[in-house]
Amino acid sequence: MTDRLASRFAACVRDNRAALVTFVTAGDPDLDRAPAILAALVAGGADIIELGMPFTDPMADGPAIQDGNLRSLTAGTTLTAVLAMVTAFRAKDATTPLILMGYFNPILAYGPERFAADAAAAGLDGTIVVDLPPEEDGELSPLLATHGLHNVRLATPTTDAARLPTVLSGASGFLYYVAVAGITGAASAADADVAAAVARLKAATDLPVAVGFGIKTPVQAAAVAVHADAVVVGSAIVALIGGAAAGRVNDLPEQVEAFVAGLAGAVRGARRTQPTASPAEIAA
Amino acid sequence: MATAADPPRYHARISLRTGPDARGHFGAFGGRYVAETLMPLILELEVAYRAAQADPAFAAEFDYLLKHYVGRPSPLYFAERLTTALGGAKIYFKRDELNHTGAHKINNCIGQMLLARRMGKTRIIAETGAGQHGVATATVAARAGLPCTIYMGARDIARQAPNVFRMKLLGAEVRAVTSGSQTLKDAMNDALRDWVTNVHDTFYIIGTAAGPHPYPELVRDFQSVIGREAREQILEAEGRLPDMLVAAIGGGSNAIGLFHPFLDDDVRLVGVEAAGHGLSTDKHAASLAGGRPGVLHGNKTLLLQDDDGQIAEAHSISAGLDYPGIGPEHAWLHSIGRVEYQSATDAEALASFQRLCTLEGIIPALEPAHAIAAIERMAPTMSRDDIIVANLCGRGDKDIFTVAEALGFGL
Repeated sequence: MTDRLASRFAACVRDNRAALVTFVTAGDPDLDRAPAILAALVAGGADIIELGMPFTDPMADGPAIQDGNLRSLTAGTTLTAVLAMVTAFRAKDATTPLILMGYFNPILAYGPERFAADAAAAGLDGTIVVDLPPEEDGELSPLLATHGLHNVRLATPTTDAARLPTVLSGASGFLYYVAVAGITGAASAADADVAAAVARLKAATDLPVAVGFGIKTPVQAAAVAVHADAVVVGSAIVALIGGAAAGRVNDLPEQVEAFVAGLAGAVRGARRTQPTASPAEIAA
Repeated sequence: MATAADPPRYHARISLRTGPDARGHFGAFGGRYVAETLMPLILELEVAYRAAQADPAFAAEFDYLLKHYVGRPSPLYFAERLTTALGGAKIYFKRDELNHTGAHKINNCIGQMLLARRMGKTRIIAETGAGQHGVATATVAARAGLPCTIYMGARDIARQAPNVFRMKLLGAEVRAVTSGSQTLKDAMNDALRDWVTNVHDTFYIIGTAAGPHPYPELVRDFQSVIGREAREQILEAEGRLPDMLVAAIGGGSNAIGLFHPFLDDDVRLVGVEAAGHGLSTDKHAASLAGGRPGVLHGNKTLLLQDDDGQIAEAHSISAGLDYPGIGPEHAWLHSIGRVEYQSATDAEALASFQRLCTLEGIIPALEPAHAIAAIERMAPTMSRDDIIVANLCGRGDKDIFTVAEALGFGL
């Protein structure tokens, strides 16, 4: 099996640009409209999709994604339905990497072994499990490896030099840097802090470094895309979907595609329009 | 396999009091299931707690404050009229409802505040259900001169107005949580969101023996003063250990505090969960009786959840028991059969609440009323020579509006 993530990152490196990672909660606002939203992300220029696995208690998420989880669960989304959605997406798109992001309990209830097997069969590329730090992921990590799924780990502003090796040991696919200590969709990091953090992480790993949390606009995305290998935008897209659920947006897939196209254009142009300084120079 | 009819009698060769292991696990339960941002803090807290444990000055200040500020030791009281009415075992109450702030919660808050100060933290947050832990946290924060924010479910705010006002009088900010079931579980979610956002200056005082390691351990340790005192006091009163200990269980901090010093003794231990409208309905909070292993709020434990791993909403007339999980040490003690777990419904707890008012002149909180309901079932079947010690973990002032509504009184 080809490594879709590695291929996608390699292509971005060839283009000298960062990848755009977009997050939506699977089944938000409902299972009928979800496939068109995934297609809209790709049409708008998303390089990688993070698919949120809904959970009743999303402790690391801000109001926008909390609401997305609730809409999805209210619409009846289950992990089985999420995997079916992945299968359907993969039938039409063989190359866009799909990463499942969420909390451990639904995976535990599904059965970690069965999950890893079914997720790989569905065409998923990896997982990010927010409440499963390296110290506790022995129940899942070996199963992911067996089934060829990436175990994407999180690093944060509180992950110091002493702890970073623990996070990196067993990490694969890419490293997700949470740019601010906080919840999704809240504060944004200062540009210089992001640059310094990316430099610190890249000195410690060969994995691509994606940066997320608090990135809501094309301008913010472009600023991060100068330094990082990938830029993650989530809450802003989920909020757009939330607007549709509240009846404010009728042509939802078109709106999502247009918004993502704005982000993609900014990310693709970032290293051409910004003065190029290496992360090491900025960190210094 | 032990059953309720044939309770286990332990003659333990291996101590059951040594947990958790180095990674914070009690058997298959416990652990540190938190977002990476919080991991360094959890590890730092553990280092600080180990240092505090090794420092005699920490224990000395804890003991001093429990004596002079909280009013410990709490009395052990022989409930003569209840004993006579039930016609069986002698019933003693550990009177933790007489503590400053009216419940056992203050024991833990004193300990965690001392830890917060050692760690140089300048802001306190907490979650609360019935408001007892919120009041206790606001109390120690006031005494420490630190700003304090309490997260409380909007539904609990509505049914616990007196405690909300107490917290405000004590200078705390009470933030209403409107997500999910708007009760304790959701308050804990929002407290965790606050903590992850304010990692550098904020100490999170968790109110029950749950959450990521080392919280279940340190909350248990701070609450174990209940069991240590009860042990001394019953030896003084009766010259022997009791036959049975009984305590109500929500997260389980008062129960583990009472039980832990007795885990290696030949004493029957009974925890009482909230059965709400009944265990056969979907409106209860009995996570041991009706839950499955899962991960929530930083630990693996038994949780009320559906087949897809979505957390169910708990129900109890007692806001303090209205939580879909339980501390991991209880989940482990349940799994090995050392503690026997029973339950009492809303109706049974209400009846016992009233019985204690008129028989003993004590208005208990609705939480220990569940323990009393279990005693009413068991005591009559026991010998008059048998001894029961139950934890009266909170007083009922906070619950009078809830009880009035349930009984159809307009206040």
